[in-house]
Order: sequence, then C-alpha cells, then structure tokens
Amino acid sequence: MDGHVHCFNYFASVNALQRLVEQLKLEAGVERIKVSQAAAELQQYCMQNACKDALLVGVPAGSNPFREPRSCALF
Amino acid sequence: MCDQTFLVNVFGSCDKCFKQRALRPVFKKSQQLSYCSMCAEILEEERAKLHDVELHQVAERVEALGQFVMKTRRTLKGHGNKVLCMDWCKDKRRIVSSSQDGKVIVWDSFTTNKEHAVTMPCTWVMACAYAPSGCAIACGGLDNKCSVYPLTFDKNENMAAKKKSVAMHTNYLSACSFTNSDMQILTASGDGTCALWDVESGQLLQSFHGHGADVLCLDLAPSETGNTFVSGGCDKKAMVWDMRSGQCVQAFETHESDINSVRYYPSGDAFASGSDDATCRLYDLRADREVAIYSKESIIFGASSVDFSLSGRLLFAGYNDYTINVWDVLKGSRVSILFGHENRVSTLRVSPDGTAFCSGSWDHTLRVWA
Repeated sequence: MDGHVHCFNYFASVNALQRLVEQLKLEAGVERIKVSQAAAELQQYCMQNACKDALLVGVPAGSNPFREPRSCALF
Repeated sequence: MCDQTFLVNVFGSCDKCFKQRALRPVFKKSQQLSYCSMCAEILEEERAKLHDVELHQVAERVEALGQFVMKTRRTLKGHGNKVLCMDWCKDKRRIVSSSQDGKVIVWDSFTTNKEHAVTMPCTWVMACAYAPSGCAIACGGLDNKCSVYPLTFDKNENMAAKKKSVAMHTNYLSACSFTNSDMQILTASGDGTCALWDVESGQLLQSFHGHGADVLCLDLAPSETGNTFVSGGCDKKAMVWDMRSGQCVQAFETHESDINSVRYYPSGDAFASGSDDATCRLYDLRADREVAIYSKESIIFGASSVDFSLSGRLLFAGYNDYTINVWDVLKGSRVSILFGHENRVSTLRVSPDGTAFCSGSWDHTLRVWA
C-alpha cells in the first residue's frame, strides 16, 4: 500500500520534472546574440527616434496640446 | 525503488574530446550531449563570453541628457477612491481609468471632462483597457472577469446595459489588453494564468500556463514584431509567450520580488519591468538576458508601473513612495524625480504619440505630465 503511494508521487514528480527539462531544452535552443550587439541596436533605435520623442526633446511651443494654456487669452 | 533519474553518473566517451571520463549532460541547440567536466567548463566559458559588456558601457559615448522640465499639466479629479489602472485611447486624448470603488471613468484629458462613467458590480477594478477603435473599454478585478462595455454617446442609453462578460478566471483579474483589434482580449489573473479570448463569443482561444504564482501584468509586443507578449508575476519571473502556441519562449528570473509592471521597448527587442524590490530592469530578448538595472540606494519602495518614452531613451517609473522617477535607459542613471501625487503611484502610461504621460494614484487622482 505504502509502496504504491510512493510510486504515484514519484511518477507525478517525474512528469513535472520532465516537463521542466523539455521547457529548459526549448529555452536553451534559443538563438542568442552578444550583449554588445544588442546594446548597440537599442542605442541605435533611441538615436534614430530621438527627434520624434516629444518628452525627450520637447516640441515647438504651441504644438503640444498639453502645454497650451486651456483658456483663450483675449487681447 | 529507483531514486535517481537525471543525475546519473555515466562514465564513457566525451562527445567533444572523446576521452574516457565521467560525463554530465549538456544541452546545445536543444540536443542533449554528454561532455566531460573539462569540456563542459569550456562551454560555460564560451557562453559567458556572449555577455561581454554592459549596456551603460556601450552607451558611454552617448550625449548625456539635459535638465528636464516636466510638470503636471492636467489633474483629473473624480474618482472616490484609489485609482488602480488607466489606459490611453488611440486618439491620444481620451483616457479610461478604474478605481477601488468600482468606478470606471472615461476622460477627455485636454478638457478634463468626464465623458462616460460606469459602476462595476465589484470593488477593486484592477484592470482597464481602451479598445483600438476607441469604441469600447474593457475592465475587471475582484469579479474574476473581464467585461467589455461599448461606449455610446446616446444620453438615453445606459452603458451598463450593454455590458458583455468576456473572460472568466478563477481569481482576480490583474491586467487586460485588447490585441490589434477590438475582437480579442488578453488577460492576466491572480490564478497564475494568462488567457486570450474572443470578445464576440467569449470563447477561450488560448491559455498560458507557467507562472508559479499570481500574474500581475502583461504587455503585447509592438505589432511589427509579431505575436508575442510578456507577463510578470509574484513568482518574480517575467515570461515571454507565443500567442499562437501558448508556449513560453523565454523566461527571466532576476528580480528579487513581485514584478508589478512590464512594458516592451518601442522596437520590440527588449522590455522593462518594475518590481517590489525597488528596481526596474531592462531585458533584451535577442541577448536573452537582463542588460540594465535602474536602482538607487535611496529608492527603497517598490516600482508599481513603468513605461518608455517614444524613442525608448526615457523610462518613466511610478513608485510606492509617491514619486515618479525618470531614468536614462541607455546610461542607467536617473534624470529626474517628479513629485505631485499624495499617495502611491499605481499606474503610468505614455500617450500613443509620446507627447505626454499619465499617472494614476491612490490619492484618487490622475495627472497628465508633459
């Protein structure tokens, strides 16, 4: 009886571990690039899009709807 | 009774050098080989070489950022309790927000007017999202569901009447997002799973299992980069999923506490995370590792919400110490601290065109900063 229960727990944990190993094999197979190359590409994206980034460089006065005063100033 | 399954001591010919040695299993391109300990060490060294330099070292030559002047330009008042979540409409102007008191409000952020309001049958509406068309919103929380409300401008119509229950989880809904269309919704739940649903039929299209605890956040990859999304949870893991197969394709476990927020870098090649361990981190998907940590000894409260500026150069992070820190993503340094909220910042999103960002707080208000 006891041996039977142990057997059941054993198979359940073996299944869980087998799934874990399958998952790890999948992840180990992912193609990787060097951090230096990845970092250079992240930096390149930033530089290329910096001019469009309003929060970074600001926009000409009046073209950011949030910076405009809400009330209309009369002469 | 058998007690060893994987770690069996095999003695034989090494697959690399062919010498007779004690062998251990190694994985190369998902194939299992048997290497002697010498060759296994060499493989480890080669793998370590891929991590050759840090992001901030590569960015040393980049010009430092100047002073930032960012102020609260609009304050949205109207919630009766803690604001838990918000999302921008694609029109860059409307905002939907949800709070602990069960209210979901749609605002015009230019005028601060409330355009729609609905009361959910539950409290703690932890997730809300705007549909890409701008014609509907989705929300949910302690009701374990995600419901979609079509937005109508007809004064005679009761918004709650047209409510459609789409997702059903076995625990609270922590995050939701429409995919590229109004037709599908992705949800994350305290039951440890994420799920993809068809809005029209309410059918479960795909479920994502793998987190070991509550999933707290998710973000979809920018549409150009394909069908993946990233999720973060109480198990300290950030996981990247293939939406079609339901498979986890990459997992990252470097945080020391719950991950409250994940957000893709605008190019889709990386994502940032904010955690209760008081740090934000940047993970590059192609290098398959963490490439930057944004932290300071003086920051001891958890980061609840993160988002990138349009170019990805700035990372805005809302913290439980009521502040918002602005980080230089490349250099790893903090460029600004924004004060204003009178309680925890719980949610933060940059507007679709990057001209402003909105933060929501436990102080019952939302602030638009520019």
